[in-house]
Amino acid sequence: MDKLLGRAGIWLLAFGVAVAGVAAAKDTGFAIHMGIFAAAALIALVASLRGANYKALAAGGAAPADQSRYDDDPTRWGIIATVFWGMAGFLVGLIIALQLAFPQLNFAPYLNFGRLRPLHTSAVIFAFGGNALIATSFYIVQRTCRARLALPGLARFVFWGYQLFIVLAATGYLLGITQGKEYAEPEWYVDWWLTIIWVSYLLVFGGTLLKRKEPHIYVANWFFLSFILTVAMLHLVNNIDIPVSITGSHSVPFFGGVQGALVQWWYGHNAVGFFLTAGFLAMMYYFVPKQAQRPVYSYRLSIIHFWALIFLYIWAGPHHLHYTALPDWAQTLGMVFSVMLWMPSWGGMINGLMTLNGAWDRLRTDPILKLMVCSLAFYGMSTFEGPMMSVKFVNSLSHYTDWTIGHVHSGALGWNGMITFSAIYYLVPRLWGRERMYSLQMINWHFWTATIGIVIYAASMWVAGVTQGLMWREYGADGYLVNSFADTVAAIHPMYLARAAGGLLYLSGACIMVWNVWQTIAGKTRDEAPMYSPDFNPAADHPLPAAA
Amino acid sequence: MSTDTAKLTRHQRLERNVTLLGVFAFLAVIVGGIVEITPLFWIDNTIEKVKGVRPYTPLEQAGRDIYVREGCYLCHSQMIRPFRDEVERYGHYSLAAESMYDHPFQWGSKRTGPDLARVGGRYSDEWHVQHLSAPRNLVPESVMPGYAFLAKNELKAGDMSAELATLAKVGVPYTKEQIEKANDDLKLQADPNGSASDLQKRYPKAQVRDYDGQPGHLTEMDALVAYLQVLGTMVDVDSAAAEEALAQEKGR
Repeated sequence: MDKLLGRAGIWLLAFGVAVAGVAAAKDTGFAIHMGIFAAAALIALVASLRGANYKALAAGGAAPADQSRYDDDPTRWGIIATVFWGMAGFLVGLIIALQLAFPQLNFAPYLNFGRLRPLHTSAVIFAFGGNALIATSFYIVQRTCRARLALPGLARFVFWGYQLFIVLAATGYLLGITQGKEYAEPEWYVDWWLTIIWVSYLLVFGGTLLKRKEPHIYVANWFFLSFILTVAMLHLVNNIDIPVSITGSHSVPFFGGVQGALVQWWYGHNAVGFFLTAGFLAMMYYFVPKQAQRPVYSYRLSIIHFWALIFLYIWAGPHHLHYTALPDWAQTLGMVFSVMLWMPSWGGMINGLMTLNGAWDRLRTDPILKLMVCSLAFYGMSTFEGPMMSVKFVNSLSHYTDWTIGHVHSGALGWNGMITFSAIYYLVPRLWGRERMYSLQMINWHFWTATIGIVIYAASMWVAGVTQGLMWREYGADGYLVNSFADTVAAIHPMYLARAAGGLLYLSGACIMVWNVWQTIAGKTRDEAPMYSPDFNPAADHPLPAAA
Repeated sequence: MSTDTAKLTRHQRLERNVTLLGVFAFLAVIVGGIVEITPLFWIDNTIEKVKGVRPYTPLEQAGRDIYVREGCYLCHSQMIRPFRDEVERYGHYSLAAESMYDHPFQWGSKRTGPDLARVGGRYSDEWHVQHLSAPRNLVPESVMPGYAFLAKNELKAGDMSAELATLAKVGVPYTKEQIEKANDDLKLQADPNGSASDLQKRYPKAQVRDYDGQPGHLTEMDALVAYLQVLGTMVDVDSAAAEEALAQEKGR
């Protein structure tokens, strides 16, 4: 009872603070955000009071959770959130791709490209990717530790609090509330909120590791742990800032100029390295062996590539600042480490792909495994392309062009997207107690639309990027620059059209997934030609009982 | 083989202890940042002042806030690289000192539109106002969104004294006088009848005029154009002092 009252008290206090924030707000954006905060606190207050089991409380304390079952509610919600935010992120991506081809599609001020672009990147990286990471990490850590999730209340707070973070960030971009640093756009109070969520996430994850029944910590959890720790460090350092007023949305970052640039790209590159690589490698290390029904190829390789990857990644940031006012030695260091990073990256790819040894024939029959292999192939390709682009000579052409955009998308759509889709297809039947997905054939359709979409996207951006780079530096026989900037914009218009077509295909594939997931959760099974799906025994899916 | 096995056994200790694993993982990820980032706070190259670089006036800073708000940095860089084509297209390559008072920095990472590091003084105010309002009227190939609303929105910059004071806390050398007079200076700079010499006492070479073609109205367009017009103009890159600073800035 005390616990319930304490919890309700905290939400009431949060509600009061937020309402005071609305009243004292210096700008409309801050008032709107505090209003959202207040609404969320009110919902949490009502939910915690209504959700309490009063009968059990009256009987002298709630019964402890059943430790013989896994706690999968946050994972179920997380999967639905992943699908939802994924659709939002892909759709906004398509819209801004079309805006670049048809600028008439900008609707000032709220739907201009400059405000929608952070919405797209954050929706895809932090909302789609972040929910996938939270949901799968909660699932994986329980299975690989054979223990029920620690701190169940806090785990629910992490999930819902993270959704609030997404809503605040997204609405902020449309309202023009931004710190002006790529992938770190949310303002100071949203940063603080995320810090609270993230520390709670660490507690839930670490707590579950501590109560594990397996003596050994599985490799997927090494990656999750380093992802959570490093993202905390990056987030805290890059977002040191001073609010102009504690009742206003505007703040001033502590680092500026050269220092600000390097801190930002140290953060930015490792958001890729730890959010989009280490975390997703953890997913790979669980789902690929499970789906292939083969053990991980090499234990030793996993050790070497884990330590090498996390150590080297941190150094690579300066390759975003080649030939800028950043000192040359820092640029060169960034370049050298980026090239070295190629090896541990491919270590992960090899470990994933070789796990299929003895199961390669299943690529013909198992569409989920096909998604996984394709995702690893894209991982390998973009982790080769990245080091290549970090070489100063190449970078002098590729930087500032659409080549970078193509590179990012072959990683995000190919690697992150496809490994997430495969995890969703793996998890949904298991989480909702269904025999298999509604349709395995539709997974196959999703696979092909997504793959063709990515290829069109990446290829058009390569052409656009190299075209821009070459046109910008083209000199005529008379010794003058040949092209005006506007010429180069006109020249890549066809590529922008092709890119939008690729994005549309990718989005269509995701629509097929939504239908498939929806029908599976609804309990339907499509009558279709059978495809391979590994056996699953729900009776065996439980934590190890406490020692007798 | 035996040493290999010994190493593996040692690693197994990490695999069985969450705290150890966490500590070692954290140690592995802090090295790179420390080695690369910390020297930037004391090496000459990156903290050196160059003659002419001054903090932004309140109006320019308010314009900069609009530049950030609208996400201009997502399509426009402010960092000219030392290549022949870039220098001929955009002007002298950018110096570290030119963005030393930029919180946040706005170097950008993509040129969907051209670099703006030295756009100041290249076009007239009228050109900027028309171009921002309807980009394709002036540049048919442009894919830039329109910003006509800036000319209609009255400038609500908030308390500029508070903003300048906050900037001063993070190291931008605003004087007490500049902070105190910030809200007046904001209006003064866009007032065609304002006293330029008064503002220039606090901000050398600051330009006082009506920027948006609507005298008597202080709009967001005034602020943004004032910001664009000062970009890259503070340092006389051909002066002897600047050349000397450049000569010492090695390795680019």
